[in-house]
Amino acid sequence: MNQQAPSLSPPTLPVSLAANPKLSAWLKFSSNGQVAISPGKVEIGQGIVTALAQIAADELDIDLARVQMVRASTAGSPNEGVTSGSLSIQQSGRALRHACAEVRRIFLEQAAERLGVDVDALEIEDGTISGPGNIRTSYWELAEEVSLDRDATPGVTPKIATRRTLAGNSVPRIDIPDKVFARPRFIHDQVLAGMLHGRVLRPENAGAKLVELREDDARSVAGFVAIVRDGSFAGVVAETEHGAEAALNALRKGAKWSDGEPLPDESDLANFPKAQPCESSVISKKTAASPGTVARTIRQQYTRPYIAHASIAPSCAIAQWSGNRLQIWTHSQGVYLLRTDLAMVLKLPVENITVEHIEGAGCYGHNAADDVALDAALLAKAAGGRPVRVQWSRQGEMSDAPFGAAMAIEIEAELDAQDEIIGWRHDIWSNGHVARPGRAAQPALLAGFELENPFPRMVSTNPPQANGGGGDRNSIPLYDFPSWHIESHRLTTMPIRVSALRTLGGQGNVFAIESMLDEIAVERGEDPVAFRLRHLRDERAKDVIRAVAARVGWKPEKQPGIGYGIGFGRYKNTGAYCAAIAEIEGAQDIRVNKLTLAVDVGEAINPDGVINQVEGGAIQSTSWALKERVRFDRQRITSTAWTEYPILRFSEVPDVEVELIQRSDMDPVGAGEAAHGPVTAAIANAVFDALGVRVRDLPITRDRLIAAMELT
Amino acid sequence: MPIVRFRLNGVELEIDADPDRSLLSILRGQLGLTGPHFGCGAGECGACNVIVGDRAVSACDMPLWSVADKDVMTIEGLGTSERPHPLQRAFIAEQALQCGYCVSGILMSAAALLKRNPSPTSREVKEALDRNLCRCGSHNRMLRAVLRAAEEMAAG
Repeated sequence: MNQQAPSLSPPTLPVSLAANPKLSAWLKFSSNGQVAISPGKVEIGQGIVTALAQIAADELDIDLARVQMVRASTAGSPNEGVTSGSLSIQQSGRALRHACAEVRRIFLEQAAERLGVDVDALEIEDGTISGPGNIRTSYWELAEEVSLDRDATPGVTPKIATRRTLAGNSVPRIDIPDKVFARPRFIHDQVLAGMLHGRVLRPENAGAKLVELREDDARSVAGFVAIVRDGSFAGVVAETEHGAEAALNALRKGAKWSDGEPLPDESDLANFPKAQPCESSVISKKTAASPGTVARTIRQQYTRPYIAHASIAPSCAIAQWSGNRLQIWTHSQGVYLLRTDLAMVLKLPVENITVEHIEGAGCYGHNAADDVALDAALLAKAAGGRPVRVQWSRQGEMSDAPFGAAMAIEIEAELDAQDEIIGWRHDIWSNGHVARPGRAAQPALLAGFELENPFPRMVSTNPPQANGGGGDRNSIPLYDFPSWHIESHRLTTMPIRVSALRTLGGQGNVFAIESMLDEIAVERGEDPVAFRLRHLRDERAKDVIRAVAARVGWKPEKQPGIGYGIGFGRYKNTGAYCAAIAEIEGAQDIRVNKLTLAVDVGEAINPDGVINQVEGGAIQSTSWALKERVRFDRQRITSTAWTEYPILRFSEVPDVEVELIQRSDMDPVGAGEAAHGPVTAAIANAVFDALGVRVRDLPITRDRLIAAMELT
Repeated sequence: MPIVRFRLNGVELEIDADPDRSLLSILRGQLGLTGPHFGCGAGECGACNVIVGDRAVSACDMPLWSVADKDVMTIEGLGTSERPHPLQRAFIAEQALQCGYCVSGILMSAAALLKRNPSPTSREVKEALDRNLCRCGSHNRMLRAVLRAAEEMAAG
């Protein structure tokens, strides 16, 4: 499919299809003229089910209305791991495109045989297969004769871009009407027969152990069903949600906790990681063929704080036991991975557990979705076979769910006598960025750490660079510096629980690189756009920068109090290209007036969906850049409510314009994480443009501006 | 327990419950309405917004007694796919959401705004929605959708 890179090696299957080759796992023709499409990826607010439906309908030549998207379940969906890393279009999309193209061919061959004509004489329109002399049949007529319980084969050629009619078009998302008419589509809104409600008790202080629990008051709450306690894990089950809340409040009053474990000093995020034990690894090293002479060195340090997922809905799950079999409904990003961890904690064979996805609120990484599923499983043990719905509190969501990891980044640029960059060193100190379920010999689920016989607390790790890296994501420069040394120092302690949050280390690293580049361009007196273009070799990279610069008429005329800045990145260095220009205003409190972005995601399956994702990423990263910071003292997380963890509001949201560079002949890649790094950097660079102050510690708040001014 | 009477989506109701309980707990609990969403329980995010009288309020921190004899409208009373409110049509036309969890509350804030101000400016829409949080970053689309609905309503 990628016409840029013709391959001489034998054709292979797309990765998700190779892992799940049975065609019937991906699609089935049902008797009512529908096609059930069954991806392993899940809807997390990004519109993926619509894009995948478009791909399938296109390859099969059927109307989109015939496509029924099946929710991922371990009962039968292909195992596509986790819905993350902007890979759903790349992985699920390619697998479905291939599988559907192959199924189409199989049906055409069957039709040719039945109708006694050549395959080439047949065509398909909305599932009806017809040929010369008005002969016709359909997928549904042939469905009984054709078994799809066979493995996909390499060498199938999907349609060329110009023959696709749906992919490439902004088809309305299929999930939006339900949400606008408030039909119960979210897991929070599911009501099962006989369903009970559960709540879990957790300490305020990090790592505190439950030393005493008086249960009497909770037991006397109307509708009380059970208290479940196992070590420091404790929770209640009641007939109603209101009852569960009341019982939890009673239980909280009867609980005594140990002191817990100390947290780091929040005001010292630059030094704290460097003082921790760590595992260092060289990520990339490039040596100049003929090293130049270093005239001077610029070294700067950048930090980003812990960032909360802060979904609008607290995490929720429903669990139901039937003997030693367990059914879980969850908004987890990975139903199979969650099942692996549940099996470990519950000491059950995985076959005894079915995990089915139901949508939750917007998910930006590994939040508490998996944790609450184990909570529900543990509480449901006391429910006598009835389903138990468990929902976390806002406070729990903001303090017990994993955060995005804090980072300290140091960049040292070596310049020659002409102030050209001849050496580049980039060091990252950070916890690993991933502690997801289902991937280690130990579970990653919160309650698993709290049981009487606890599993050890998982310390987060980093995916390898080949998979995009973790703390080191986007740390390798895309620019043509003659030499560099990129090194990651992963902390081996984890005082604050972290795991995957959008872009992993990408936002921090792009912020640091693009800030430093800006600084050097200013020192040189060179235009930052021209400076970047001069150091890039990849035309797609240059195109997004040129497009965004042209769109704002770079550089707009200087006005007092207003600044413009640019940021660029290619997500994971292999995914979507994105350049952003920010217009900011303000002296003490920074306001982002406007963000202009250009993106290239290869083939955009649903252009409006891509733009929606990029707009969302741009606004979310504005929120990260200006406001967000998990707060804590030495005992506990203190930013447990929206008042203490403010996010961007309607009155603060910038105008966002997105130019999409459509490349129908290039492999499609995801869009949801493209904007975060470039937008953060663009804002910081615009702040410098307006105020002459470099803020290198996120978020860019009034305090940070004052501190940076004092250093200037 | 004392009986609290109010009108919900135009229907007279008598609720036999502790009057100090939150309206949201009653709506989602014994009344089985899942449109208003729980987000924070402290009136800080707007996911549970409903219209009481002519104002959008958080149902999560509003005690049941405070709506006695009042008109309460939830998203369920706003419109249906057969008879959509112009706001619902506009949110679909603008594809004005990503995850959509906040949308039922935002629609109620917007509906209350359009009732008292049928032709709001962009700034007035932002002000009216400022207490509603959206984490996915769909704000600008929602803003466009509200303005579009206002135009459509003005055109009759």
